[in-house]
Amino acid sequence: MIQADLNTLLPEIVLAVYAMLALIGAVYTGKDKTAPLILWATAGLFVILAAWIGFAGEGTQTAFGGAFIDDAFSRFAKVMILLSAAAILLLSQDFMTRQDLLRFEYPILVALAVVGMMMMVSAGDLMALYMGLELQSLSLYVVAALRRDSVRSTEAGLKYFVLGALSSGMLLYGASLVYGYAGTTLFSGIVTTASDGPISLGLLFGLVFVFAGLAFKVSAAPFHMWTPDVYEGSPTPITAFFATAPKVAAMALFARVAHDAFGGATADWTQIVAFLSVASMFLGAIAAIGQRDIKRLMAYSSIAHMGFALMGLAAGTAEGVQAMLIYMAIYVTMNIGTFAFILSMEKDGQPVTDIDSLQMYSKVQPGRALAMLILLFSLAGIPPMVGFFGKFYVLKAAVDAGMVWLAVAGVIASVIGAFYYLRIIYFMYFGEERDALDGSITPVAWVLLMGSAAVMLVGVINLFGIEGLAMAAAGSLVN
Amino acid sequence: MQDSLLSLIIFIPSVAAAILALFLRGDDEAAQRNAKWVALAATTLTFVLSIFLYTGFDPANPDFQFVEEREWLLGLQYKMGVDGISILFVLLTTFLMPLVIASCWDVKTRVKDYMIAFLVLETLMIGVFCALDLILFYLFFEAGLIPMFLIIGIWGGKERIYASFKFFLYTLLGSVLMLVAMIYMYLDAGTTDIPTLLSHQFGSENFSLLGIQIMGGAQTLMFLAFFASFAVKMPMWPVHTWLPDAHVQAPTAGSVVLAAILLKMGGYGFLRFSLPMFPVGSEVMGPLVLWLSVIAIVYTSLVALAQHDMKKLIAYSSVAHMGYVTMGIFAVNQQGIDGAIFQMISHGFISGALFLCVGVIYDRMHTREIDAYGGLVNRMPAYALIFMLFTMANVGLPGTSGFIGEFLTLMGIFQKNTWIAMFATTGVILSAAYALWLYRRVVMGDLIKESLKSITDMTGRERAIFAPLVFMTILFGVYPAPILDMIGPSVSALINNYTTAVLDSGIVTHMAGH
Repeated sequence: MIQADLNTLLPEIVLAVYAMLALIGAVYTGKDKTAPLILWATAGLFVILAAWIGFAGEGTQTAFGGAFIDDAFSRFAKVMILLSAAAILLLSQDFMTRQDLLRFEYPILVALAVVGMMMMVSAGDLMALYMGLELQSLSLYVVAALRRDSVRSTEAGLKYFVLGALSSGMLLYGASLVYGYAGTTLFSGIVTTASDGPISLGLLFGLVFVFAGLAFKVSAAPFHMWTPDVYEGSPTPITAFFATAPKVAAMALFARVAHDAFGGATADWTQIVAFLSVASMFLGAIAAIGQRDIKRLMAYSSIAHMGFALMGLAAGTAEGVQAMLIYMAIYVTMNIGTFAFILSMEKDGQPVTDIDSLQMYSKVQPGRALAMLILLFSLAGIPPMVGFFGKFYVLKAAVDAGMVWLAVAGVIASVIGAFYYLRIIYFMYFGEERDALDGSITPVAWVLLMGSAAVMLVGVINLFGIEGLAMAAAGSLVN
Repeated sequence: MQDSLLSLIIFIPSVAAAILALFLRGDDEAAQRNAKWVALAATTLTFVLSIFLYTGFDPANPDFQFVEEREWLLGLQYKMGVDGISILFVLLTTFLMPLVIASCWDVKTRVKDYMIAFLVLETLMIGVFCALDLILFYLFFEAGLIPMFLIIGIWGGKERIYASFKFFLYTLLGSVLMLVAMIYMYLDAGTTDIPTLLSHQFGSENFSLLGIQIMGGAQTLMFLAFFASFAVKMPMWPVHTWLPDAHVQAPTAGSVVLAAILLKMGGYGFLRFSLPMFPVGSEVMGPLVLWLSVIAIVYTSLVALAQHDMKKLIAYSSVAHMGYVTMGIFAVNQQGIDGAIFQMISHGFISGALFLCVGVIYDRMHTREIDAYGGLVNRMPAYALIFMLFTMANVGLPGTSGFIGEFLTLMGIFQKNTWIAMFATTGVILSAAYALWLYRRVVMGDLIKESLKSITDMTGRERAIFAPLVFMTILFGVYPAPILDMIGPSVSALINNYTTAVLDSGIVTHMAGH
């Protein structure tokens, strides 16, 4: 019995053991000198695990009495998490070396965070959920404050920690209420209680608190306050990491809790999620207009994108979950490319994050500017870029679920949001000439930037078949 | 080749753009020249291929022809085809694009990017007119904003940034509501195939929303969502304000494309979607559209009288002429719709040529102020002749294509509502006033301005660009049959379906009274 359980958990176990071994190995040998090696090894392991999970996984298995679920949904999310984490790790090497930040703890902490995320998306029990969430969060708090001698970075880490702890507290409080009224922490147990007629007030309270905690993690408005500061304060590669893998994990967890645990009470939570969605879309769109720092701008942009992803969830259907997964996959691809670009923004060896510094960038670096142009239009959701299809899927799911008002609100927010992406293009293409950025770009970053821009264009043909995979994943979650 | 002719026509410009982007290095004289020749060759080839489209088209058949179909994502499809209405717009686009490319031969800044932008734009414009899938249409329709945004923003005038943002956000806001309506249509009909949707009956039972009784039900709401997009694109009063800004700031070639082709997407959209798919909604909202059209005709003609900037004047005259188009379309009778389509095609030649005329003297004097000119006829006789021809065509002088379109739309609307026809006819007088006055101030009189003393007449290249436009304007002015024969069957099929659907729905409207 335990054998089968452990088999189901094997990828997570491998990664956790690897992280500990690497930690011991590095401490007893060259310490920071081994960091590049560990970084590449970790990224390699991520890719191998992604391939393993993606190709070998089949059917639905549960372990530890249902506390851990391995199904098509979790596999889809895990592959996304692992691949994006690998990409970000590789992307960060050059930057971290030059900023003297490449410590051996960094890849190991990322590996541990990824274990936590994999745990989150597979959680089938409130305890497992919390365990995964905390493992992820604690690792991320440390990574955010990686630049120990910088006030901004430590401030970011501390802010993230305090607010993250607050959200964990809310989530735990909600979980305790749910346990109190459902009598079990297992999702499969909660769902039977919740679908048994109208749900009790206590359970509803628990649900609201759990959702508030999760909204913190996906940085949905009105629980988004930490995002801009943390994005701005952390070293750029870390910001890139925050914007990708943890968002996928948190969003997948959100879907898991909503459908697996409260699948019978859809009517009760869709309105909560719809509110979070509308608030995030508008807040992200409007608050980003005034931003001058591209990392803060990306923070608001990610809030708006989470709003769209939540729109898929708000539909409360399998199509909605499918749309959400497709949206997240597209979002992550776009963000990796965008951050590869941001990492190449340098002047005299110092990273620059001021949007203003991009004036007439298209004259200096036409290739990179064009790739960024494509990514920005994709982020804005303008066809034929793939970003449009992400929006199309979630809008369709919302209309299909009878939430036309939500779709209308979404498209209006997307028009407002288009403005600040256009502003970056305006600087790059219509601005005035002045001493330009001179940063070179590493081969890895170049490949990721051009690759993701190419994906945004070529994907219009068939979205690389992701539609079917996401459908299978959504089907395993909602039935 | 018959099977994929449309795809060839659509994607040849894009392929040329990709070749330029990937393989053409440097920004020296030679590279610039190569970029221009590649662009000219690609657009000319597209035009030659579109002639095969014309010869292979059977005008007697009101169905879609040259249809291509492939599976795409999400149950959508890549489906292309043309009928009597859309083929004309395809031909208009392919005909104008080589001229547009030739007209920007003297551009010096970022020539390669300029050519790429126009080539991509051509693909997207033709795609709009050929798409037979709702979402595919939306894709092309919306994507066209990107190159135009860049054309205005990079190569435009002083206020280009304001103009480009206004253009982009205005049109985007209009289109996204259409997207929501499209998704609703998809879910209601279960398909995005346009030929199927044309025969689908969308719900038209009255219902109340937020306490307001909505005549024509879902059809009216969908009509309004589409209207938001097409009215902005047309542009109709009062959402036309982006157009003068965009026109004034855009470079000459950009203005030509904008006026000659992009504006026609709105009219095409009304004919392809609003009328046939939401007949009841159109019937309910028709009077509103008609009155807005009349206001556009009269009001923007008056505004045009007050302009100091030549491009702005022509831009306002475009809005007025588009008013005739919407008026003709929503008259919903053979003359009205025939006239509207004819007006759109003819306006494509005339307004394009007028913007080119402004471009000719702008290239020499670098100002568009009317007051900076005067007496040009003394040094530019050829220019004066050509400018006069297109001024007269703009006024709608018999013998030019402008007359046929205006006359048919007025005849169409006269049968429907005499009051509207009466007000609209004053627009004819007003257009004569502003156009002739513009001509007098720029071309006639004595040449007294010192700066104009050394101005030179049109070059051979410029004359060559105008020649085909002159030919078309006069040809269709005296012999409109080629266009009218082409659209006749498709338009009468459209009107029959419309009338049947409106009668079936039992909705009592103004239609009965006349």
